[in-house]
Amino acid sequence: MIQCKNITKIYKNEVETWALKNISFSIEEGEFVAIIGASGSGKSTLMHILGCLDTPTSGQYFLEGKEVSKLSEDELAKIRNKKIGFVFQNFNLLARTTAFRNVEIPLIYANLDKKERGERVKEALTISAFPKDFWFHLSNQLSGGMQQRVAIARALVNNPKLILADEPTGNLDSKTGDVVLNTLIDLNKRGHTLVIVTHELYIARYARRIIALRDGEIVEDAPREKAKSLKLIKE
Amino acid sequence: MKLIDLLNEAIFAISSNKIRSGLTILGIVIGIASVIAMVSIGQGAKSEIVKSIQGLGSNTLTVMPGGTRMGAVFMGRGSAQTLKEEDVEVLKKVEGVVNVVPVVQRTFQIVAPNGKNTRTSIIGASPEIFSVREISIEKGSIFSEGEVRNISKVAVLGKNIANDLFGEENAVGKNIKISGINFKIIGVAAPKGGVMGMVADDLVFVPFTTMQKVLAKSDYLTLILIKGEKKEILPQIQQQASLLLAEKHRVDPKEPDFSIISQEDILSTLNQVTTVFTIFLGAVAGISLLVGGIGIMNMMLTSVTERTREIGLRKAVGAKNREILYQILTESVLLTFLGGVIGIFLGWLISLGVTKFAHIATQVSPFSVFLAFSVCTAIGIFFGWWPAQKAAKLHPIEALRYE
Repeated sequence: MIQCKNITKIYKNEVETWALKNISFSIEEGEFVAIIGASGSGKSTLMHILGCLDTPTSGQYFLEGKEVSKLSEDELAKIRNKKIGFVFQNFNLLARTTAFRNVEIPLIYANLDKKERGERVKEALTISAFPKDFWFHLSNQLSGGMQQRVAIARALVNNPKLILADEPTGNLDSKTGDVVLNTLIDLNKRGHTLVIVTHELYIARYARRIIALRDGEIVEDAPREKAKSLKLIKE
Repeated sequence: MKLIDLLNEAIFAISSNKIRSGLTILGIVIGIASVIAMVSIGQGAKSEIVKSIQGLGSNTLTVMPGGTRMGAVFMGRGSAQTLKEEDVEVLKKVEGVVNVVPVVQRTFQIVAPNGKNTRTSIIGASPEIFSVREISIEKGSIFSEGEVRNISKVAVLGKNIANDLFGEENAVGKNIKISGINFKIIGVAAPKGGVMGMVADDLVFVPFTTMQKVLAKSDYLTLILIKGEKKEILPQIQQQASLLLAEKHRVDPKEPDFSIISQEDILSTLNQVTTVFTIFLGAVAGISLLVGGIGIMNMMLTSVTERTREIGLRKAVGAKNREILYQILTESVLLTFLGGVIGIFLGWLISLGVTKFAHIATQVSPFSVFLAFSVCTAIGIFFGWWPAQKAAKLHPIEALRYE
């Protein structure tokens, strides 16, 4: 599903920053991977590259066997639309816009007609367990947990293979966070490949595989049971 | 992205900040309304002038003394007294000519028996002046060939002059004094209207012989009117008349001591004037349209900055740069289009108001409406382009992080 070969990302501002240093790994279809690391470890940069929001400075990134690290902006937009669903820490919903319309946005750019869009939105909102009574409420009138569920519905509305979640519970209390996390885990059970970027280790414990980053390098890539990064902190 | 969705998103974005959109639209409304109103006043003036020139009589040429030419280039001897009665006979021989009317025009004081008086142009002419100038008679009759031969002291009054001197009374049969000499009123012309000084309502007509011998005491003619059979042959008549008259005057046809002007010549000169006038009015109004356009750009820039995160999100879920560009452009074009529709309506109302209350003729032409719409769309695209480009070029990650 995902294959990264020697990915390097350098930010050139006043000083050169090596955000990722020669990273290689692959993720199979249906996996549930947690990418963990402290802030500044490069996990967000890796997330952006995996999500086709950014391209690596060097190295190759294959998504479903297709090299996407060298695609044009328009082609990347198409891939983001069809193959990837994003869940952000701060939800990124359009304010003063209904939950329903928020979920509909990716479908507008997929050129679907209104009828089909309506059906897909309803389906997605149902899967993300968003209560029907609030479908046509404005997003800024919803609670954080509800907003994140709208965001999850938006991520899965185009039925993407890959769902990328960036600190999905970061802005939620632990109880709501658990609900949101369970929704994401359900999606993984339905067959979506799930990659969660987080610094909260309790989330990582639900994952089946841990990739730990430090200073732009992979320090551990192991199944959850064997992951030392988790144990270290546990002890 | 489908066109209907593009429109939907634009309407949604515009209506989510109604006050700001409304004020921005107002800028365009004022711009378009003033362009429409100003151009309508210009066009109205133009059509008034055309009407009054046509009121001088159709298919006519005017022979004027002196070598003046359109464009103010002075040629020949330049004397204002070169036309004589004999010239009329020469011009009658030109092929296609229906009538030739000698005209002597002077300004005199006129006094009615009741003491009312006025100062106006007196036209001394042959009876054909009435048919050539298309002046009909309301009361009484015109003077005859016999009265011209006999140097009779008879006069036909323009409608305004008759009203000024006699009010509601019947002027026919009464006497007036022109320059102290008694004249009998034999007719009153029907009102003709118009804005130019040469319009019949303000004139007094007398036989040209009477004018020459009694009033002006001069043999020279002010001008000669030639009426042709039809419009198409006027250029030939003009050419032949010019040659014959030059021969008669023993002058070089290339440097004549007279000039022959057609209505088209007068119209085209006046057209130039009114066109400049209209362009000037339109340009002044156009400046307000430009200010309105800058308002659009300002609003779109603010809106793009405000919605940076939204644009980032849209890109993250699959919007192409082009689609973002079209979305912002659609918004700005829609704003100007709305402003244009309201502006055209308002401009039309203003021009109606100007006609009704200021009594200035106006004309809202379909052309100016069409122009207003195209200008609106162009403004929308032109002033929306930069903000739209700015939005389209935003990097999704930076846009999503924007605070």
